[in-house]
Amino acid sequence: MLAKRIIPCLDVKDGRVVKGVNFVGLRDAGDPVECARRYDAEEADELVFLDITASSDGRNTIVELARHCAESLSIPFTIGGGVRTVADFERLLRAGADKVAMNSAAVRDPGLIRQCSQRFGTQAVVLAVDARQIAPGRWNVYVKGGREDTGLDALDWVRRGTDSGAGEILLTSMDRDGTGKGYDIELTTRAVQAVRVPVIASGGVGTLAHLEEGLKAGAGGVLAAGIFHFGQHSVREAKAYLRAHGVAVRPPLAAV
Amino acid sequence: MSSVGVIDSGICNLGSISRALERAGGQVQVVTTPEELAIQQRLILPGVGSFPAGMDSLESRGLDKAIVAFAATGKPVFGICLGMQLLFETGQEFGLRKGLGLIPGRVRAIKAGELAVPHMGWNSIAPAQEDPLLAGLPSEAFFYFVHSFVCEPASEHVLARTTYGETFCSMVRNGNVRGLQAHPEKSQQCGATVLRNFLGLA
Repeated sequence: MLAKRIIPCLDVKDGRVVKGVNFVGLRDAGDPVECARRYDAEEADELVFLDITASSDGRNTIVELARHCAESLSIPFTIGGGVRTVADFERLLRAGADKVAMNSAAVRDPGLIRQCSQRFGTQAVVLAVDARQIAPGRWNVYVKGGREDTGLDALDWVRRGTDSGAGEILLTSMDRDGTGKGYDIELTTRAVQAVRVPVIASGGVGTLAHLEEGLKAGAGGVLAAGIFHFGQHSVREAKAYLRAHGVAVRPPLAAV
Repeated sequence: MSSVGVIDSGICNLGSISRALERAGGQVQVVTTPEELAIQQRLILPGVGSFPAGMDSLESRGLDKAIVAFAATGKPVFGICLGMQLLFETGQEFGLRKGLGLIPGRVRAIKAGELAVPHMGWNSIAPAQEDPLLAGLPSEAFFYFVHSFVCEPASEHVLARTTYGETFCSMVRNGNVRGLQAHPEKSQQCGATVLRNFLGLA
């Protein structure tokens, strides 16, 4: 049966990891490939890189990153951030990314999701959605790092996005992001009910129990940054915890 | 070092599979012509994309006939993902299309029921018979899958099965020709084990 996925997320700017990664014994905690290899060794199921580079020059570094990751990782990875056109999308895929996530560009031009999914397959297209609660049971889609309300209803938007060919939804609660209080379970549950494709829960993880809550709410995978980056828990610990709590995750392998 | 030819179908990034083979002890030669293909000791046919696009890309360079001729020498051939599907007689993606015909059977859409298609993510394989390719895998061997179509060989050719909505053939063998529906290069130690096993075949 399909395993639930644990997905560490690395924020990258100008080719360097930001928001600090605190692995013991890492030579260069700012090197995204080195951080990624560490997570690969810990048997993470997948990785997400979010590029927050502002300049267009700097954005070439993310294509290089995709190439290095494809050559040195043995797990799939997604790259998101700054993808504006079909050509941007294709460059990252050709460099070896397994999936590419789109956020603001898809809001600006919903046709982009269809163009990319028709050309490269739905499996390559991730729709990243930043949602903020505006009333009980209602969430709007925000862009620009959660600063700008698009007025779109988040659940309508994920439905439209998957109808257009998005193969996965990366759903971040802006209310919970960085709080450590756990995923927005109501939002996650509603999104899982709204679409057939996997929903990845994101924003708010503080404990291993939060990962369990997200997966038991129906998410196909859970995204986490802080609890892994700062050495609070390893991916291995997270998997052992989830297995003990009845979540179908990939069993740990003996060290080779 | 075991030398291995990797067919460049021109439609996918070879960096990932090539490095994975090197990590498994292989010496990789990227193959783009029938002449380069003929001198290999063993052959990997990778691939992503659709069945007709995969066949187009092989046929446009005469690689389809070259692969069939190579397989007839008895040397090991290993198709991965779309590469496994291309080994079969026919595909049904975007209409009926002839494949390489090295393994009897057809390729058809997965019957996933209510589940999302493509079948994407980590899933386990259950061995159906013994084979050197499966040696050393843990009892719960998980691989990374991304596909919407499945192969239908005769059961004597099934090496392993996987369940997603239906139970389908995820690893196949007809003599010296084998295939894996999953991506070994994205499947950590399990994938590395299979690649190492393949490099050990002669």
